[in-house]
Amino acid sequence: MNGRRFLWLTGGFLVAAGFVWFWQWIADHRLISPVFLPGPDRAWAALVKGMVDGDLTEKLFATIRRMIYGWLLASLVGIALGAAIGTSKVLREYLAPMFEFLRPLPASAIIPVAIALLGLSDPMALAVIAFGSLWPVLLATIHGFSAVEPRLYEVGRALRLSRPAVIFKIALPSASPDILAGMRLGLTVALILSVVCEMLAGRDGLGNWILLSARAFRAPDLYAGVILLGVLGYVSSVAIAAVEHRLLIWRDRAR
Amino acid sequence: MSRAAKALAIPAALLVAAEIAIRLSGTTSLAVAPPSSVVMALLAALGDGTMLAATRDTLACAFGGLIVGGAIGLVLGLLFGLVRPLDRLMELTVEAIRPIPSVALIPIGMLSLGFGYGFEIAIVAFACVWTMLIMTRAAIAGIEPRLLEVSRALRLSTHQRIFKIVIPAALPRIIVALRLAAGFALVVAVTVEIAANPQGLGYGILIAQQSLSPQLMLAYLLWIGLVGYGLNVLLSLAQQRLLGRAAMVEVRQ
Repeated sequence: MNGRRFLWLTGGFLVAAGFVWFWQWIADHRLISPVFLPGPDRAWAALVKGMVDGDLTEKLFATIRRMIYGWLLASLVGIALGAAIGTSKVLREYLAPMFEFLRPLPASAIIPVAIALLGLSDPMALAVIAFGSLWPVLLATIHGFSAVEPRLYEVGRALRLSRPAVIFKIALPSASPDILAGMRLGLTVALILSVVCEMLAGRDGLGNWILLSARAFRAPDLYAGVILLGVLGYVSSVAIAAVEHRLLIWRDRAR
Repeated sequence: MSRAAKALAIPAALLVAAEIAIRLSGTTSLAVAPPSSVVMALLAALGDGTMLAATRDTLACAFGGLIVGGAIGLVLGLLFGLVRPLDRLMELTVEAIRPIPSVALIPIGMLSLGFGYGFEIAIVAFACVWTMLIMTRAAIAGIEPRLLEVSRALRLSTHQRIFKIVIPAALPRIIVALRLAAGFALVVAVTVEIAANPQGLGYGILIAQQSLSPQLMLAYLLWIGLVGYGLNVLLSLAQQRLLGRAAMVEVRQ
């Protein structure tokens, strides 16, 4: 079984290598102008050069910091608010419809408002990222808390647990799969908004790097930045999936 | 108190409080405006047609991208779902391209396509492909195995099996995927307009901010919210009408 899996993986790798080769072939034969599409060799060279010079590394870490801070802020606020709203029927009835209206609002649409309020600054970017990734976490937490098996709450009452005890011992563990799913979505949103904020506000980071590279027609640098953003997206989703798996291992055992 | 009254109580109270606070403070802030003047600005912008034209541009790009990206995603999803070896061979490639944030393609689009509809549609399409691909593939993988056994027992040809069993069985989930992708499409279209493309609602809100007109900026924000909400309501209605009880499939991403 493992041998076959390895074979499939090798096959998948060969297919991916084939696509990269095709890209190189297009670039070599100049089917698309090299101004728009540099070959993978030139993009790779730009990536290595940026990493060695430290230019690109610096931008990468600026984007990562922005993304993580905004996401953590959104997760903390989202879980706290979601716990309060999800455990209270009254709050849910009053607030849930308003959230349903706000949810489909594109988070990027508040960027101009945030710029007017906070200027082209880092706090502006942080506020936008946190606002955008708040919704998935908040709504998932509310859903998680309101979908807790009612009998568990009855057990809590029978044991005369206090409200905080009910939240931490019963509701939070039971809602954690939903919360983590919301946080995973929130992380994707945080990355997208980090890039958009950097482009618009000119803050240091990969978003700004790729925009400036495009304006200066430095296509290899542009593709190097896009590749790094893809890697960042991939690594963050793998990392959170691993955390999710670790935290929810009890659930698989219970089955 | 009825449910509607409860739902409206807090937003209404917040709006009234904002109105009073802003009027009393006499602020000349460039970021906030009293709700009443926001509504007036919205009506004025709707009246002179600028906002409707912007809405048309945004929706045209969102739906254009949805159609192009959705079709590509649907075809690839069906192909990968039906031909397992192909899926496994392409997995690495798909997983390498999928995590690229759609907004990261904005500079590439600017460079190669220039501003306009094509540029925006291309980026929206890229964002929609993956939702459709992944969910269509999952829909086919989630088909009740007994249905496939039935198709074998009836000795259906591959063609018959796909069109009589697989597609009808996967359809409810594919429609859910389409609905999710449509929501994405609007978000991405507005984002592309705010970040780069000089047209549509996203550009409108950015220009309103830059021309220091907070009431128009907030009017655009309100309108974008209404368009997003309206689209969502319309799509879930359409989903229920089209599918009836079959619409009750769980949504998993």
